[in-house]
Amino acid sequence: MFKTVPGKFNFLPARSAPTANSGIIGWAKTNLFSSPLNVLLTLIGMYLIYKTIPPFISWAIIDASWGYGDRTLCEQANEAAGRSTACWTYVRVRAEQILFGPFYGQNTDEIWRPILVFIVFAAIIAWLLTERTPFKGYVAAFSLIFFPFFAFAFLHGEWLGLKIAPTGQWGGFMLTLVIAVTGIVAALPIGILMALGRQSDLPVFKALSVIFIEFWRGAPLVTVLFMASVIFPLFFPAEVDFDKVARALIAITLFQSAYTAEAIRGALDALPKGQGEAADALGLGYWHKTLFIILPQALKISIPAIVNTFIELFKDTSLVYIIGLLDLLQMSRATANSLEWRGVSDITAFVFAALIFFMFTSAMAAYSRNLERKLDTEHKN
Amino acid sequence: MVKATIKKEKSAAKPRAAAKRKAPAKAKTKIMRKLNTEVVVELDHLNKWYGQFHVLKDINLKVRKGERIVICGPSGSGKSTMIRCINRLEEHQEGDLFVDGILLTNDTKKIDEVRREVGMVFQHFNLFPHLTVLENCTLAPIWVRKTPKAEAERAAMEYLERVKIPEQALKYPGQLSGGQQQRVAIARSLCMNPKIMLFDEPTSALDPEMISEVLDVMIDLANTGMTMVVVTHEMGFARKVADRVVFMDAGEIVEINEPEEFFNNPKNDRTKLFLSQILTH
Repeated sequence: MFKTVPGKFNFLPARSAPTANSGIIGWAKTNLFSSPLNVLLTLIGMYLIYKTIPPFISWAIIDASWGYGDRTLCEQANEAAGRSTACWTYVRVRAEQILFGPFYGQNTDEIWRPILVFIVFAAIIAWLLTERTPFKGYVAAFSLIFFPFFAFAFLHGEWLGLKIAPTGQWGGFMLTLVIAVTGIVAALPIGILMALGRQSDLPVFKALSVIFIEFWRGAPLVTVLFMASVIFPLFFPAEVDFDKVARALIAITLFQSAYTAEAIRGALDALPKGQGEAADALGLGYWHKTLFIILPQALKISIPAIVNTFIELFKDTSLVYIIGLLDLLQMSRATANSLEWRGVSDITAFVFAALIFFMFTSAMAAYSRNLERKLDTEHKN
Repeated sequence: MVKATIKKEKSAAKPRAAAKRKAPAKAKTKIMRKLNTEVVVELDHLNKWYGQFHVLKDINLKVRKGERIVICGPSGSGKSTMIRCINRLEEHQEGDLFVDGILLTNDTKKIDEVRREVGMVFQHFNLFPHLTVLENCTLAPIWVRKTPKAEAERAAMEYLERVKIPEQALKYPGQLSGGQQQRVAIARSLCMNPKIMLFDEPTSALDPEMISEVLDVMIDLANTGMTMVVVTHEMGFARKVADRVVFMDAGEIVEINEPEEFFNNPKNDRTKLFLSQILTH
């Protein structure tokens, strides 16, 4: 059958894969109906989907009240449907408060300030995350140094002679973002230092890092915030009035940096010992070795763990209600419980807050997956 | 085995390189090679323990400038530990160790000084996977030697040409074969212009068909007069290149001899046993 040619290799010809296990039917066969148990699970799953998704869609979209007005719109929608439906009217009317907090909710002609800050923030993020944009390093350094001042100047207003928005009056999604972004950005460098410290040969530095990490990791965030707000001022004279938001920011940053440090330490442990040895053997000093060899690789390995802590922090920001700050969730609750909307908007308020949280956390997760994939193909070991 | 692969390559299309390697006849004259009397590495009554375990027992060895030393011995005999002491990847507890006239102590300045002058090639290459081949080669010259970037890159390309992979300069290590990676690792060390090169089982992690390309590079390097200390199981390489062969067992140096004597007329019973174990098949 195979003709052999003397002095030449003879290869078997390649054949295409069998067709029975490709295509949609093949997929369903292998994934949904491969065994009696799987058939049963598939049927149960389908039943659950049928029982939950269509009612939710009619609650959230078809029967919901979408108009701009007052609670009567929602009440009419509820009557027409014969049950409670989503009251988007309330979200439309109270959007400024839910998104920007008490101050900007009342001073709606000042709302351009947080919007401007947000647009600049989004532009910086987009610039940094898009591939092949020039000057990434400069943009990052520049925004790290100047953006906090820029944001505070516009959000607070005093420096620019605008109407002052006291930080205690900040709230809503704006406050959530301020806390989360500050916590994430400030915690990363502290976390890196602490992780390096924990691996250090210098006993003092090592001990300090271990104590720091274990202390902040051991206390629940609620306790930390409570301490920051109630107990911390007891140590200072009454005249010293630390800003409530600043206190929350410091507490959350320290708390978060302990978790970041542990995520990075895991990666440092996972790095092959030979990497550090090779750097040593080339005569690179500790900081060169750490900056050019150890950290780039360790940070890459720890991306999933770090992003995980970021997502946790993003959601945990809602705990600042314990010190009387009104973040997205509290703002939603507060407005939904107002006399004007009580009884028609409570579920909608929570669904709306959940939706915003979900949008941002899933964007972070998607970006981290994307980053991992990119780094993986480029630097496969 | 090494000889066989080299012979095979001779018939391949590399006549010039092959001619350079027509070495067997040279092997005898090589022993006569006049060696510089300057000692660049000196291990003087070196002792090292891992906890209670005595890994290096009273090691005495002098390496002269331009000398090629091959260290062999069964696994666990302390060969790797010994050469890792030379650039202080391992710390010794007793005895003195001079490298290029510098006494190695805990002084980090001295350690860095020594490491700048001593290149090291590892069993598992230890290339930096997140940097390109070229960046691997230029990183240390730029940051340690403060060489301007353009010049460091030019020098790196020269060395990559010497190890015969200039065309891979912009790839990442993960995209190269094991043999290519090890050649890059050699080039990376050479970029620092070291006075001494240490090789810690450079071919042990390679697939058999890649061993000869790395050994070829090492032979070329030996021909330039580089001082080399090589831990290896490649006895063909030892025979061809070494000025002296050091046999270690159980943490001590059992025998030091010129390769001809070492292989044909071993003195110590342990050496005989070792050679019979590795040369019979």
